[in-house]
Amino acid sequence: MYLYDEIDQTLVDERVVQFRDQVSRRMSGELSEDEFKPLRLMNGVYLQLHAYMLRVAIPYGTLSSEQMRKLAWIAKKYDRGYGHFTTRQNLQYNWPKLEDLPDILAELAGVQMHALQTSGNCIRNVTADQYAGVAADEVADPRVYAEVIRQWSTLHPEFSFLPRKFKIAVTGSQNDRAAVKVHDIGLIVKRNLAGELGFEVIVGGGLGRTPFVGPTIREFLPERHLLSYLEAVLRVYNMLGRRDNMYKARIKIQVHETGAEEFTRLVEAEWDQIRDSAVDLPAGEKERIASYFVPPRYEMSSDAEDVLARHKREDAEFTRWVDTNVFAHKAGGYAIANISLKPIGGVPGDATSEQMEAVAALADRFSYSEVRVTHEQNLVLPHVRKDNLFALWQTLKSYDLDTPNLGRVSDMIACPGMDYCSLANARSIPVAQAISERFADLDRQHDIGELKLKISGCINACGHHHAGHIGILGVDRKGEEYYQITLGGSGAEDASIGEIVGPAFAYDAVVDAVETLVDTYLAIRADGERFLDTYRRVGKDPFKEALYGAA
Amino acid sequence: MALLKDRQVVTDVWTHVGDDAEVPSDAPAIVSIARWRELRDSLEGRNAPIGVLLSAGDGPDAVLDDLDRLDLIAIPFDHFKDGRGYSTARLLRERHGFTGELRAVGNVLRDQIAFMERCGFDSLEYAGGTEATRALSAFEDVSVVYQTAADRRASAAALRNHPSKAFSNGTSG
Repeated sequence: MYLYDEIDQTLVDERVVQFRDQVSRRMSGELSEDEFKPLRLMNGVYLQLHAYMLRVAIPYGTLSSEQMRKLAWIAKKYDRGYGHFTTRQNLQYNWPKLEDLPDILAELAGVQMHALQTSGNCIRNVTADQYAGVAADEVADPRVYAEVIRQWSTLHPEFSFLPRKFKIAVTGSQNDRAAVKVHDIGLIVKRNLAGELGFEVIVGGGLGRTPFVGPTIREFLPERHLLSYLEAVLRVYNMLGRRDNMYKARIKIQVHETGAEEFTRLVEAEWDQIRDSAVDLPAGEKERIASYFVPPRYEMSSDAEDVLARHKREDAEFTRWVDTNVFAHKAGGYAIANISLKPIGGVPGDATSEQMEAVAALADRFSYSEVRVTHEQNLVLPHVRKDNLFALWQTLKSYDLDTPNLGRVSDMIACPGMDYCSLANARSIPVAQAISERFADLDRQHDIGELKLKISGCINACGHHHAGHIGILGVDRKGEEYYQITLGGSGAEDASIGEIVGPAFAYDAVVDAVETLVDTYLAIRADGERFLDTYRRVGKDPFKEALYGAA
Repeated sequence: MALLKDRQVVTDVWTHVGDDAEVPSDAPAIVSIARWRELRDSLEGRNAPIGVLLSAGDGPDAVLDDLDRLDLIAIPFDHFKDGRGYSTARLLRERHGFTGELRAVGNVLRDQIAFMERCGFDSLEYAGGTEATRALSAFEDVSVVYQTAADRRASAAALRNHPSKAFSNGTSG
């Protein structure tokens, strides 16, 4: 993992002092809430329906066990004993008190964490593949570049007042687990024919009101030019992006209205001016950062595979968990273990202090003290020796962290919705819980196979419903909650935007509708087809007919 | 409104001249870009310094042909959220080599001024709620930077990899 040096630490420490002064001026009344707003937003503090909310940055979803323990402790001491992991691999506290916020930020700075740029119209916390550095299918470790971007984007003097928020995601694998095609900028690390490292650059994807799968504006950008190219894109956006209408201010609208070809020309022309300037990293810096991400010294165990096989033979429940939640690791004898934060009937992404502490302890025991957060709101222990999986699973079980549902229908993304959020039009969490209960039977979920269901409580689409195989969007209709269903979306390498299937459903009818869709799929799927594959093969009509009757 | 220049509160020697008012021939005057275009030729040979106030959203192109004649360029920040002026400033300084006074005007608040300085502004018409002298501490809130910009401060990456060179380029230089 990356470790702060004196410079990194100085920055976060000084920001805490600055924010402490701002909070005290707010509390004394010297600052009005209006004046305080832009200041708190720069430190990840929102004002929600019932309370302030603090969004802590977890850069590219990587945490040490020490950091996880601190998050648990803060939840216990300053909040209500739990936190919520978000689709940007961050953590939200829903009930902190204003006067405690400077102390919370100081606690975070003590473990090399912060809440910078988790809100506001700036470059937000950068995200990456949660399996970075350990996935067998990876070209290169995206965390190195994500850390380069984290530093470059932190308090960027030119790009802190953009037309709108700006999100960057990086993956090092062709199997896209970071949803790079639905980001403002998506980067795919690849090698060119000469074997050199670089990036495919995708710009102008996004969800929200107007979803787009982003076009590729450069097939190969040599890695040394990463920052100058990003700076060129951001400058073209900052100078020419729309500021007249906040709903049209994201870069995706600019790319769409300008046209990808002309937008690319603008970026390349700007880049030509700065590509060999001091904007890019000096020699040695990438290597310095990369040195923090060298893999741990894996202990080889000659019988790890055999021990795992024996445990699987002896315990069917364990076998199911391994088959669903464990992913291939690049090192022999090791595995990547996913910890589901989607227990049946639970709140997607929530974890209690006790659960966070348990995960931290397990990371120390089994995973070189490292934890990852996924954009699908789960946790990962990235390096578990296969003969330790059984002991890991047993402990997870005692903390209700063993749900074997990764990628299954109950592994939903849901935004906080009207239970917390001041923008929401409808509740998301109770809908997620009801769907989860309806599909509580794990045998049934496994028969259904991979199914990405995503729920947003308003058109801002924090629950990524457009990218769900099944997407659910809460809308307000004359004071009543209705839910619009989209089908066929994907945030992966086969990215697509879901299509609305028909008229929206009332709150009480939405779970039945989901079940009807699933049953329709089961009846017509071909061998080996996922829900998404079947939908893409047969189209909307059979599903529509099942939901609304023959036209 | 107070003028901050080179991290100090100073008396402003410049006057903003309205489009209907006469441009004083013997004192530093800032005119709008529209007025400048109108008077450009007649101001040739003027003895007192002259400055131009750009319109919101004007990029450096608006004054590229006049850089050697202008002593000051003022860039408006009408809304806190409108960040176009940061790019314009950097381009004027870093790409086009403008060495005159670069001034931020409009809704200039405490929490922007350190960013503005990094982008090349050397004077700020400060509009914030706190007293101007108290705002000066904002320049020192955060003492390290991660990017190269118009102020030529050494970035974290430069300090780490070329410490000796970086120090000679530091903020005191």
